[in-house]
Amino acid sequence: MAILKLENVSLSLNNKPILDSISVDFWEGYIHAIVGPNGAGKSTLSYVIMGLSNYRTISGTLYFKNKPINELSVYQRARLGISLAWQEPARFEGLTVYQYLKASKKDNGLSIEEAMDVIGLPAQEYLPRACDKTLSGGERKRIELASLLVMQPEVVLLDEPDSGIDVEALERIFDAMAILKQRGSTIITITHSMAVLQKAEHAFLMCHGNIIDKGGIDKISGYFENKCIPCDHKNIPISGETR
Amino acid sequence: MDDKRAIAQTLYKTMGLTDAALNDPDIAHLVINSNMVVASHLIEGLVVEPAETQNGVRVTMKVLAGHTIQKPVHLCFGMLPEDGLQEIIMDVTIEEHASVSILAHCTFPNAKNIIHKMEAVITIKEGASYSYLERHVHAASGFITVLPHAIVTVEKNATFKTDFELLRGKAGIIDINYETTCHEYSHLEMNAKVNGVQDDVITIRETGHLNGEGAVGVLTTRIAVRDTAQATVYNTLTAHAAYARGHVDCKEIIQDRAIAKAIPVVEVNHPKAHVTHEAAIGSVDDKQLQTLMARGLSEDEAVDLIIQGLLS
Ligand SMILES: Nc1ncnc2c1ncn2[C@@H]1O[C@H](COP(=O)(O)OP(=O)(O)O)[C@@H](O)[C@H]1O
Ligand SMILES: [Mg+2]
Repeated sequence: MAILKLENVSLSLNNKPILDSISVDFWEGYIHAIVGPNGAGKSTLSYVIMGLSNYRTISGTLYFKNKPINELSVYQRARLGISLAWQEPARFEGLTVYQYLKASKKDNGLSIEEAMDVIGLPAQEYLPRACDKTLSGGERKRIELASLLVMQPEVVLLDEPDSGIDVEALERIFDAMAILKQRGSTIITITHSMAVLQKAEHAFLMCHGNIIDKGGIDKISGYFENKCIPCDHKNIPISGETR
Repeated sequence: MDDKRAIAQTLYKTMGLTDAALNDPDIAHLVINSNMVVASHLIEGLVVEPAETQNGVRVTMKVLAGHTIQKPVHLCFGMLPEDGLQEIIMDVTIEEHASVSILAHCTFPNAKNIIHKMEAVITIKEGASYSYLERHVHAASGFITVLPHAIVTVEKNATFKTDFELLRGKAGIIDINYETTCHEYSHLEMNAKVNGVQDDVITIRETGHLNGEGAVGVLTTRIAVRDTAQATVYNTLTAHAAYARGHVDCKEIIQDRAIAKAIPVVEVNHPKAHVTHEAAIGSVDDKQLQTLMARGLSEDEAVDLIIQGLLS
């Protein structure tokens, strides 16, 4: 069953079309990957699903468990069970890691200590720390995953969870994804990394505001080997014609 | 006497403190209600001489040379009545190599129209250390005018740290004016955190003069204003000697129709001195807000948490 469904979803920003009539089903319980060149609209798609401000005025329909959610605000969607981890997480000046995780905590999620354990940052050391720019980029991103582990949303949107992450920390991110899935989340992860794609069970290829291909990992991974034919988009793959 | 004790206990309760703090023999305290000393307790090395005046008290406070007062000294300036004027005149000397930290509470829980004035002259002698936290507890409505004014001298190798906090209740009119002169290798830290609501008018003037070689000064201000509140921050840091270093840091979050201004003045007139400043004024950061909402907090809850963080 599709837990999340998009029907002819289009979005323009500053009169520029960014998403062009996207229709897609995200099956429940899977890890889905979205790949595609820079500027294809991958992050925008995740913002539209989350309903961030400036990304609410779309045409087409978003369904969560078969109910339209277009009219719902960010936090209403979050309370239904959708959440997002940004590629560059926010820096909270003045809030500790503990306060941030406590604010994110929901009944179904892991405990704060368990979540810190999964992402491999010692709770005693990190919980009292400021969740601001004194954390490294990689630490901050792991804490973003922890905030999803304590929340346990039904749909998790991850925007390039591997960017700025070293090999060892990447394993912790994979652990977090595995636990989210095991506890029932459907994961939609945007990535430029073969390693992340291989954790997925299903993938989509995006180009120029469209989803141009979908299928198993083997099929979509061709994108990483430059197996797209040349197209109008100059080095950017074109619909359905991976070879 | 029992009446006074009861008043002291009532004032302590408004600040979220229990009797324990009044009964601890290791914690010195002085509790003033309007112009009356309602409780006091001293410990070795600390000399406090309060004199009641018509509209307040005049307090001479000394920490004797070489003494370190272990636990923070509690000062409480309160007014239980709804209106009136309270004028505090403080003459503070921290003698050579002495050290003390003060926790001062100003509590006006029933205020309708109160003026609280403080005139302080503070001298921190060579190698001494003085830390002063002033926490205000105001009523949710009513009108309070708070006018703290201090002239501070920080002598060689001495340390002065002051924190002003008004996080609960309505600020009213706040006009803080602190001027500090720092001698060789002294340390200065002035922090202010104020939450302004409704028609509050907040003015913060903090000035540090780094006159001595190697003197270090940091002025930090954190303000949140909403409704039609206004805040203006005049932070001035001047450096006049080699290796004097300073930093001015002001952050203000505005909501609704509130207005915030920051007017930092940084003056350096020695080629080996260095002073920096940063100021950020604006509404709540959108990414922080959206992140918390994506975790299920309503917009109001998210804003409150971010502001709580700013003022923490
Ligand atoms: N606010 C905006 N106004 C106009 N164009 C935008 C705005 N935000 C993003 N874009 C454009 O939308 C396109 C898709 O961006 P994005 O979703 O970030 O791509 P991706 O994540 O796939 O790299 C890009 O061409 C980008 O420049
Ligand atoms: Mg992107």
